[in-house]
Amino acid sequence: MTAPHVTLGEVLPERAVQNRLTNPGTENCSLCDPSVTLNVPLGAIGRVEKMGGASSRGENSYGLDITCKDMRNLRFALKQEGHSRRDIFDILFRYAFPLSHGLLLFAYLSQEKYEENGWSVYKPMEEFRRQGLPTDKWRITFINDNYELCDTYPTILVVPFKATEEDLRKVSTFRSRGRIPVLSWIHRENQAVICRCSQPLVGMSGKRNKDDERYLEVIREANGTAKLTIYDARPSVNAVANKATGGGYEGDDTYQNAELVFLDIHNIHVMRESLKKLKDIVYPNVEESHWLSSLESTHWLEHIKLVLSGAIQVADKISGGNSVVVHCSDGWDRTAQLTSLAMLMLDSHYRTLRGFQVLLEKEWISFGHKFASRIGHGDKNHADQDRSPIFVQFIDCVWQMTKQFPTAFEFNERLLMTILDHLFSCRFGTFLYNCESARDTNEVRSKTVSLWSLVNSDSTSYLNPFYTPESSRVLYPVASMRHLELWVTYYIRWNPRIRQQQQSPVEQRYMELLALRDEYLKKLEELQLTDSSPNSSHLSNSSASNAASPTQHINHLHTPF
Amino acid sequence: MLSSLGSAGGKSAKPSFVSYVTPEEIKSEKEPSRKEKHPDLLPGEVVFCSASTVLKYTQDDLSQRGVFGVLLCTNFRVSFVSDEAPTEEMLFKNKLYGENDIPLSCVDNIYGDKRKLITGGLVKNKYPSKMIIHCKDLRVFQFSLSFSKEEDAKKIFQGIVHHCLEPKSLRCLFAFSYCENTSYPGSYSYCREHLVSSRSLGFLLFPVYFIVPKNVSDEDLTKYQGKGLPMWCWSHHSGCALFKTASIPLVQEDNVPQTYMEKMLTAVAHNHLYSVKTEDLSDTLPTVQDILLSYNRFKQFFLIDNTTEFWMSDMKWFSSLDNCGWLDIIRQCLQKAVEVVESLEKENTNVLIMEEGGSDLCCVVSSLVQLMLDPYYRTLLGFQSLVQKEWVAGGHAFLDRSNHLHLKDKVESPVFLLFLECVWQLQQQHGPAFQFSETYLTVLSDSIHVPVFTTFLFNNDGHRDSLLRAESPHTQRSPLNCPTVWDWSVQFDCKAQDLFTNPLYTEKPKQDTSVRKSYRPRHLRQLSLPSSAFKTPPKKGFFKDEADNLKKILGVKRLSRWMLSPSSDSPQTSSSVREFYEAWQTKPLDYHGLLLPCLDGPSIRVWMQRYLRWIHDVQILGGGPVAMLSKVSEILGEVQELQRQLDRHGCTLTSNHKGARPRAKTAAAVIAARSSVRLSSSFPFVTSRNWSFKPAIPTSLLQSLMVTGMAGNLADREDDGGPESLV
Repeated sequence: MTAPHVTLGEVLPERAVQNRLTNPGTENCSLCDPSVTLNVPLGAIGRVEKMGGASSRGENSYGLDITCKDMRNLRFALKQEGHSRRDIFDILFRYAFPLSHGLLLFAYLSQEKYEENGWSVYKPMEEFRRQGLPTDKWRITFINDNYELCDTYPTILVVPFKATEEDLRKVSTFRSRGRIPVLSWIHRENQAVICRCSQPLVGMSGKRNKDDERYLEVIREANGTAKLTIYDARPSVNAVANKATGGGYEGDDTYQNAELVFLDIHNIHVMRESLKKLKDIVYPNVEESHWLSSLESTHWLEHIKLVLSGAIQVADKISGGNSVVVHCSDGWDRTAQLTSLAMLMLDSHYRTLRGFQVLLEKEWISFGHKFASRIGHGDKNHADQDRSPIFVQFIDCVWQMTKQFPTAFEFNERLLMTILDHLFSCRFGTFLYNCESARDTNEVRSKTVSLWSLVNSDSTSYLNPFYTPESSRVLYPVASMRHLELWVTYYIRWNPRIRQQQQSPVEQRYMELLALRDEYLKKLEELQLTDSSPNSSHLSNSSASNAASPTQHINHLHTPF
Repeated sequence: MLSSLGSAGGKSAKPSFVSYVTPEEIKSEKEPSRKEKHPDLLPGEVVFCSASTVLKYTQDDLSQRGVFGVLLCTNFRVSFVSDEAPTEEMLFKNKLYGENDIPLSCVDNIYGDKRKLITGGLVKNKYPSKMIIHCKDLRVFQFSLSFSKEEDAKKIFQGIVHHCLEPKSLRCLFAFSYCENTSYPGSYSYCREHLVSSRSLGFLLFPVYFIVPKNVSDEDLTKYQGKGLPMWCWSHHSGCALFKTASIPLVQEDNVPQTYMEKMLTAVAHNHLYSVKTEDLSDTLPTVQDILLSYNRFKQFFLIDNTTEFWMSDMKWFSSLDNCGWLDIIRQCLQKAVEVVESLEKENTNVLIMEEGGSDLCCVVSSLVQLMLDPYYRTLLGFQSLVQKEWVAGGHAFLDRSNHLHLKDKVESPVFLLFLECVWQLQQQHGPAFQFSETYLTVLSDSIHVPVFTTFLFNNDGHRDSLLRAESPHTQRSPLNCPTVWDWSVQFDCKAQDLFTNPLYTEKPKQDTSVRKSYRPRHLRQLSLPSSAFKTPPKKGFFKDEADNLKKILGVKRLSRWMLSPSSDSPQTSSSVREFYEAWQTKPLDYHGLLLPCLDGPSIRVWMQRYLRWIHDVQILGGGPVAMLSKVSEILGEVQELQRQLDRHGCTLTSNHKGARPRAKTAAAVIAARSSVRLSSSFPFVTSRNWSFKPAIPTSLLQSLMVTGMAGNLADREDDGGPESLV
């Protein structure tokens, strides 16, 4: 078989390269099918490399190797004649990494129009009001209006009522990057709160800060919590090691009415390596022999377990009426994972399609998870040590929860996949930049489209038909390896042996039955209308009363589509 | 800690356990009523011994919480009767034994103090203060005997050990006294009559009826006590068929067996004008001993009597699972079945599978092949027929393999369970193809250890007949009538039985039969279950029609691969299987057609319902697949109700609706359950109104274990530090 030759340069006029790589050529693995079309958003490309040189011999030894951020590698074999490769390489390199070449991200070029404006999904004031804020213990402050208190926090913050603006400034000097403890979520009944922040700047000398200590005491007092629990997401050794660089943790002796719990979640570098290992065992082929041992050696699910069990502990404390403070080092990676997962367990609103968007906008985007650094949007530096799949890991945790509670979430797996696809794609402004201040500077809201515009304009396709709202329930997933599974339909979706089903068979059957029910109901109604002639009144009476019960059922069963 | 609890004897000022009543109270108050305390005995059930004031720990061992009650041992079960009033009626109640009862055959292991394994014989005059019983259905019971009278405690412990662990004779099994004391109506038919060809031969190993190729002479039949005799299992619509046989041990200097085997193969091949492929399963699949060893390691992961240990083992769960090899054995069996399916379906060649004895892995593989190829066997009735045909009549030595009698010279091995595991894998991959549910399979796997049914009590049909006849009280008349396991009403009421059907299953939409006939001369069903063959001597005529048809199409093509013994472990075979699977996968999935399992690493999974159902810590409260299935059942119920109403109106419904009239009645049961109790991932085995809402928080997250030696010093690094912070 001769190597397929694709003169990519010809096929791809520059316009087409702007956002995605579409080509009538072929991937190495599917040589036999000449009509394969491959769609890769340029944003998903992590690395482009030439393979082979002019003197390379052998089949498919000359071409391009593209490493993607979405768990696949693509290899294109090219003809050695001409200089076709140089052109396509240059174009790809330029447009896959626009920021490294002084170009704009695709989100700024996109002209997409949607019925809905996704930027209006999250309004901080509305969200706080929904939570019942402000109260007599908690107030809303605009101290960060110009990002002066903390440049990586949003402008609107909720702080203890008793803490003055001056107190906040003082506390900010003792917290890494000024990320002071602020309220993320409040329990409606018991008024217990989840606060998030960064590590205290204790340092080697074990510095103390009376303002910080008093501030945490005020948080504790707000609902009469006996002992404020501080969850430090890190393993304790790391927390100790951080003292060397000026950080650290809250000592027992200095913070009198607080208890410190380490949650043993590892840092971004460990997570990055773990996912890399996972990719090795699933792409291009699924490791066959000793699959489970290989899976275990990636530690990916082990990390998922630790994150989930940390969040369970937070949620459990809150349900018990105890306020908690959550932090890691800077409070934008592990902290965001823990607070948002705990909120997902505690608050059924976040399990709706809109609510989940609010959760992401609030805990991740507005509170400064460094999407730009962690994903490396449009940046050619693929080996950047700041990159890490923290957000992917969080979405995986959410998926594990939807798997364990298939009726508790209004959205479906497709939403999670779509979010991850556009985490990389750069087609929407939602996940661009590291924090709100950078988004303001770059006018993301006015110049780009929100991912939620896409989602909410076609919301039906992101809905879970099995969703059964249950407002008051706390959802505790089981964080045991026995129940954690690899998210095969995401991580192994590029493998042709994984059957990609549009709908699960259960879902399919359910939809069929729903349609059937509606049809029968309609028929029955028609029949009852025709039957209402006097001589058959007896019969219609009895059937009408019978029909009443299923119809009633249907009224409150009307699942949103 | 436990022994100190025992010696304290309830007199301790600071009790280390929480109890609802103090032992003193019980002794003084409950003593008089003791005699009345026993479970509702079954017909023929006799109490051997009992002890009161036994503390049964609830599963969480850390709290040392428990309930007091009476522990009894009867000729059927070990039973614990709580002193407290029964809390709630369980929805999924087994009529033969309750949640605190253990049928004697279901006891797997008994442990004493310091988790010392108790074996029969060495328990004279001693008894442990704490007794742990591991059951074959994976329940774990922990009893404290230290509050009982010494005499009682000794008696009950020795009684239980004696009746559960010591060798006994077959007639001691409860089934016999149960059957003698019940008038069980004998003429139930829960599976179709399926086997033809009469038996007039003198060996017991074989079922009463079986089918062999027509040119096997009666003389051949008797030659090696039936060994080497190809027994027909199933015919593909192309005319080729699956046979199984017990292999004849080959002796070097004697080539008589070899000639005999050649003759048999020729017989198989001749009959159908195709080639024959032989598969010696002993070459490629694990032995029954391997299966037992692997399963023994596997089941330990689920027999939890210590939650701390459970969470400790959680981190190493995947590799432990991998190392015990159980999933791999399942995969190998499925893979072998796919290979055979490929031969039948793609190459249209006859297949003869063989092994020593011919009734262990042959049964696994042949039944799996039939499940994959023939949708009939995926119905409830069909599946029961399959088990009856391939396993019960097929001579699987249930008695030896489950070793109910605790005889040392028998090879115990969970071969039938292995088969059910494989079926479960198929079922979870292709849910809508099966009429029966996961719960059905779980219950069936439990029923193996309930010594009431004769289905799984004997080694073969001949064994059964002779014993039942001998045990019959009316010697001259009919043999003893015993219930078959397929009469589910013996164990469950109708409501509970509704959970056996799968709400996702739809019957095959009726096709126009005239169209079918034109391209498929015979319905598959007729071929695989030759009920018409009752009329003609089957040895002569069963395959005649097909053979005549095919003779015209094909010349006599015969290829015996006998003695070539191609190692099916070779990469060639597995890649061929893989191609076969991939080709099948690209076609649209037909749940009423050929079904193949995906054998990739992530696809072979642990049967959660069976293995995790009793472990409180991993129950997903309000979640699990049942949450979704119950919604399907709910709508199904509504649709059925609407149908009935429309029927009453005399409205004829267009019948192209798949699943318009399914038999499934799951709806009512699940809805009933939904309204009264919280569903969990352990449904229907554990349901309760009063769940503790405390989430299970993994303890001992041994971090040092995980990071040591991995990824250099990445773990020590700062998240967003520059190079200066790289420790």
